Amino acid sequence: MERQLDHELNFLKEKLLKMASLAEESIAKAIKSLVEIDSAFAQKVIEEDTQIDLLEVEINNLSLKLLALKQPMANDLRFITSAMKISAHLERIGDQAVNIAERSLELITQPLLKPLIDIPRMAKLSQEMVKNSIGFLINNDISSIEELWKAENMVDDLNDQTFRELLTYMIEDPKTIKRAIALILVGRHLERIADLSTDITEEVVYAVNGKNIKHFYKAKSF
Amino acid sequence: MVEKVLDDKNEIKMQIKNLNFYYGKNQVLKDINLDIKSNAITAIIGPSGCGKTTFIRTLNRMNDIILGTKIEGDILFDQKNIYDDDIDVVEIRRKIGMVFQRPNPFPKSIFENIAYGLKINNLTVNKEETRERVEVALRDAALWKEVKDRLNSSALDLSGGQQQRLCIARALAVQPEVILFDEPCSALDPIATAKIEELIQELKEKYTIVIVTHNMQQAARASDYTAFLMLGELVEFGITEKIFTTPTQKITEDYITGRFG
Repeated sequence: MERQLDHELNFLKEKLLKMASLAEESIAKAIKSLVEIDSAFAQKVIEEDTQIDLLEVEINNLSLKLLALKQPMANDLRFITSAMKISAHLERIGDQAVNIAERSLELITQPLLKPLIDIPRMAKLSQEMVKNSIGFLINNDISSIEELWKAENMVDDLNDQTFRELLTYMIEDPKTIKRAIALILVGRHLERIADLSTDITEEVVYAVNGKNIKHFYKAKSF
Repeated sequence: MVEKVLDDKNEIKMQIKNLNFYYGKNQVLKDINLDIKSNAITAIIGPSGCGKTTFIRTLNRMNDIILGTKIEGDILFDQKNIYDDDIDVVEIRRKIGMVFQRPNPFPKSIFENIAYGLKINNLTVNKEETRERVEVALRDAALWKEVKDRLNSSALDLSGGQQQRLCIARALAVQPEVILFDEPCSALDPIATAKIEELIQELKEKYTIVIVTHNMQQAARASDYTAFLMLGELVEFGITEKIFTTPTQKITEDYITGRFG
C-alpha cells in the first residue's frame, strides 16, 4: 500500500540526493581548480556553497514537519532522524570543499611545489565515498558498506603519505613551508570529507536496520 | 520511567502460558505466552479483530460469562492459576479490576458509584471509613478536586472524561493489584485522553497496568512494554521504546508504520 508518508519520504530522499551530488561536485571543482590552475572553479565552489546550506535548512524543516504531523514510527522514524543528521554531515562536507577552494586560490598564484598525484586520488576516493554513502540510504542496501570503510583507510594512508613527503620539502627548504602547508591542509580537508562520509554510513546503518554502530563501525559487525 | 524499564527488574505479576481461546470452533487466541511485570504499563496493540479485547478479558475471567467459549493454558497471578477450580472469581475480579471502553457509571450519585463496590465487597466497617475510602479513590483518580463539592449529584452529569476517571476511581476503591484498561480513551477527546494517560502513569506506582489500545501513539506515549497481536498470535513483545524504534519483526514494522491495516 502506497502511503502519503511515502511520497514525503521520497521527497526527503531526493533532497538528500541533491545535496550529496552538490557536495560531490564541489569537491571535484575545488580539486579541478588546483589541478588546472583555474580560479573560476574555486570561485564557483565558494558561491555555490549557499545552495548546500539552504538544502540543509530545507531538509531539517521537512523532517521536523514530518515528525510533528505524521508521528512516524520504526523505520520511518529512523530514516527521518538519520536524514537530519546526514544533512548536517553533508553541509560540513560542503564547507570542507570551500576550504579546499580557498587553499587552491592561494596555491595557484605560485608555482606548484610538486606534481599533484596523491591529492587528486584522495579527492576521487572522497567523492566516491560521498556518493556511495548516500546511495546506500537511497537503495536501502548496506551490503557493500565495508568497501566504503576500506576506502576511508586508503584516504588516511594517502594523507599520511602526502604529509610525510611535504615534510621533507619543508625540511630541505623553508621557503616551501607556506605552499607545503597549504597542500597539507588540502589533504587534511579531503581526509575530513572521507571521515564525514563514514559518519554518514553510521547513520545509514541505523536507518536501514536499527543497529547503532556509531564510533564502533570498524569493530562491530552488523 | 525510562530507568525503570531499562533496568527491567520489576517482578512478574501475571504470567500467561500457552493460552488458547475459542469462540465455538473459532480459535481467536493462539498459544500466547507473555509475562506482565508489576508496577509497569503493558500495552496490547494490533489490528481490529486480532484478539486484543478477548485477551485482556481472559486476564480477569471476564469471558467466563460468554456462552460457547473455551480456554486452554494457564494464567498465573502471583504464581497461582486464576482458572483453577478453587479460585473465587469475585475475589479475582476485585484484585484484577477493569475499566471499559465507554465510561459506564451507575445511574447513581458520584459518591454511591464508589461506595457501592466497597459495600458489596464488605471492605468497610462504618460510614466514616467509607467516606474516607471514597475520597482516597477520587484523589487517586485525579477527580477529587472537581467533584468534592457535589458528591451527591448524579454521576451521569459528569463529562465523558470525568465519568471515565470516576470509573477508574470505582476500580481503585476496592484496592485491586492489577487494573485492565480496555481502550479507555476511545470515547474521549484529546484533553481528557491526556489526563487519563497522565493518571495511568501515576497509577503504575501502586498498581500493575494492562491497557488495550488501537491508538499506537498512545501505546508509544503511555506504556513501558508493548505486545503486538495479529490474528490471535503474539507477534512481538518487548520494551515499548524498542518496539517503536527498532522492532525485530517485519510484520510489526509494517503495522506500526501503517503499511497495512
